[in-house]
Amino acid sequence: MKKWTNKGDKPTRHGFGEGVLEAAKINSSVVGLGVDITGSVSMNFFADAFPERFYSMGVAEQNAVGVASGLALSGKTPVFSTYGVFSALRDADQVRISICYNNVHVVVGGAHAGISVGPDGATHQALEDIAVMRTLPHMKVISPCDAYQAKEATIYAINELDGPVYVRFGREKVPNFMDENYPFEFGKAQVLTEGSDITFFSTGHMTWEALQASEILKNENIGARVVNIHTIKPIDKAAIIKAASETRAVLTVEEHQINGGFGSAVAEVLAENQPTWLKRIGMPDTFGESGQPRELMEKYGLVGANIAQKAREILSRLK
Amino acid sequence: MVTFSKIEQLKSVATEIRVNTLKSLAEAGSGHTGGSLGLADIFTALYFYVLNHDPKNPKWEDRDRLVLSIGHVAPVFYATLAEAGYFDKSELMTLRKLGSRLQGHPGREHGLPGIELSAGSLGQGLSVAVGMALAAKADKKQHRIFCVNGDGELQEGSVWEAIMSAGHYQLDNLISIVDRNRVQIDGPTSEVMGLEPLKEKFESFGWEVMECEGNNMEHILRTFALATKTLAKPTVILAETTMGKGVAEIEGDYRWHGKPPKKDQLESFINQVKNAAS
Repeated sequence: MKKWTNKGDKPTRHGFGEGVLEAAKINSSVVGLGVDITGSVSMNFFADAFPERFYSMGVAEQNAVGVASGLALSGKTPVFSTYGVFSALRDADQVRISICYNNVHVVVGGAHAGISVGPDGATHQALEDIAVMRTLPHMKVISPCDAYQAKEATIYAINELDGPVYVRFGREKVPNFMDENYPFEFGKAQVLTEGSDITFFSTGHMTWEALQASEILKNENIGARVVNIHTIKPIDKAAIIKAASETRAVLTVEEHQINGGFGSAVAEVLAENQPTWLKRIGMPDTFGESGQPRELMEKYGLVGANIAQKAREILSRLK
Repeated sequence: MVTFSKIEQLKSVATEIRVNTLKSLAEAGSGHTGGSLGLADIFTALYFYVLNHDPKNPKWEDRDRLVLSIGHVAPVFYATLAEAGYFDKSELMTLRKLGSRLQGHPGREHGLPGIELSAGSLGQGLSVAVGMALAAKADKKQHRIFCVNGDGELQEGSVWEAIMSAGHYQLDNLISIVDRNRVQIDGPTSEVMGLEPLKEKFESFGWEVMECEGNNMEHILRTFALATKTLAKPTVILAETTMGKGVAEIEGDYRWHGKPPKKDQLESFINQVKNAAS
C-alpha cells in the first residue's frame, strides 16, 4: 500500500483560492463576492485577476448571500466565501431560503474551519458548520483533505456541480499529500490505507492525522484503514458500509463538534445499515479557545497519537 | 400621458384581483388578507402597465423582474399572475392546499410560472434584487428589477445591508416599492418599532425617494413613470396604502394581517370591493 508523504505544508484556503481562479479562467459566468476578508479567505487570487467580476459587499454577510442568489438567478456562477462561522451560521437563514430553497448554483466557502484556526479563539473557529449545512435540502457539502484536493474540489464545485455547494477549508498550513493518482471524485470516499482491524473515517486535514495514527499502529501490528471522506453530503454510503463490514470497529475524525457533524453522518449510515462499534473524535460539545494550532489540536485529542490511542482503547474493549 | 380610460380599465382589473384574492383566501381558510388587499392597485399597475413581461414566455431573458420579498402577500401576487395570464384562474382556489403550486409563500420548486424568487423569510428579497440588478448591469441589459417590500420588513437589519449596497453600486435599474401601510402583526409600526424618518433614511443611503398614494391608480402610474427615469441611484417608492383596502371591516386593522375571510363573510366583502370601485 502506498506510503503517504507530505510534499510541503500549505493552507487549504490557498487551494480553494487557486481553484476559484482556475474555474473562473475557463468559465466567464463565475463571479466572486467578498465581505472584507477577501485576502484572508484567498478570494484575492480571483479578485486580482478579474476585478470586474468581483463584488465587494462590505461587512454584511446576510446581504451578500442574497446578492449571490440574485446573481445566480441571472445566470452567473457566484462564489461567496467568508469564515464558516458566518457563511454557515450567521447566514443560515439566507443560505436556507435564498440559496437552498431556490436551488441556485452558488458555491459557499466556509473558511477557518476547526480549532486549528488557533489564536483568534472560539468566535472564529467554525465547529458547527457541517451540522447546519448538511441538513439543508439541496445543499452539498465538501471538506477536502489538503490544498491539492481543495483546489480540485473547488474547480469541480464551481464548474461541474449544480445547485448549492458548501466547501469547507482551513486557515493554517497543513500537510499537502494528495496527487494526481487520487483524483477528486465527487461523492466518492477514498481508501488511503488498507487494514482489517479498525477503520478511520476522516475529513478535512484530519485525514493526515489519521494517516499518522495508522503508521503508529502499524508498528503494533494493528491494521488501520484510512478512508478520506471529502464529500460529506451526499455521503458515500457504500464505501462506509464496506469498510465497516471489513473491520472490527470504526473511528470518525473531524475538526468539528462531534454532535451533528461528520461523525454523526457516518454513524447514521452505519446505524441503519451496518451496526458497528463506533467512536467519534472531534470537539466534545465545547467551544474552542486561543492557542497555537498544534497545541489546540493536541489538547482536544485531534493529532495522530491521540487517534491511535483511541483506536487501542476501542479495540481492547472488543477483545 | 395615461388616458382616463386606461386608468378606469386598470381600476377594474384591480377590483377583479381583489375579488379573486378574497375568494382564494376564503377557500384556503388561512392566509394574509390585509396586505394583499392593500397592494392590489400596485400589483395591477406593475403587471398591467409598468413591467415589460410576457406571461406566455415567463423565462424571457430580457423581462423586467418582480421580486416579492414579502412572500406573505402571495394571494394578491397569485391573483395578479392569473389575471395576467400566467396560469388559469381556477387554480387560485388551490391556494395553500396539499400538492398546490400556490404555496403559502411563493416557492419556485412547485412550478408556478412567474415566480422569480422563493421568499417568505423577511429581509431577503431586496438583497436578491440587488444581485439581479448587478447582473443586469454586468451584462449591459436594459431590464429593470422591481422589489416589493413591507414597511414592517424594514425592521430587519439585513434590509439595510441591501439598501446600503444598492446605493454603493448606484443601481438605477432597481426600484423598491415599500408597502407603507403603517401596521404589522403586533400593531401599528410606530408602536412596534418606529421607522421614521423613513424618507431621510433612504436618502442618506443614496436612494432617490418617491412618495405615492398607493391606492390611487393615477398617482401610482405617475410615480412609476418618474421612478424609471432616475439616474445613477436606486429608487424607493414609499407607497402609502391602506391595509385591507376596499373592505370596511379590514381597513387599517392590524388584526387582519394574517387572517382570511370566513366563508360567510365573503359575499359581503366582495360586494364592498365592487362597490368601492364603482
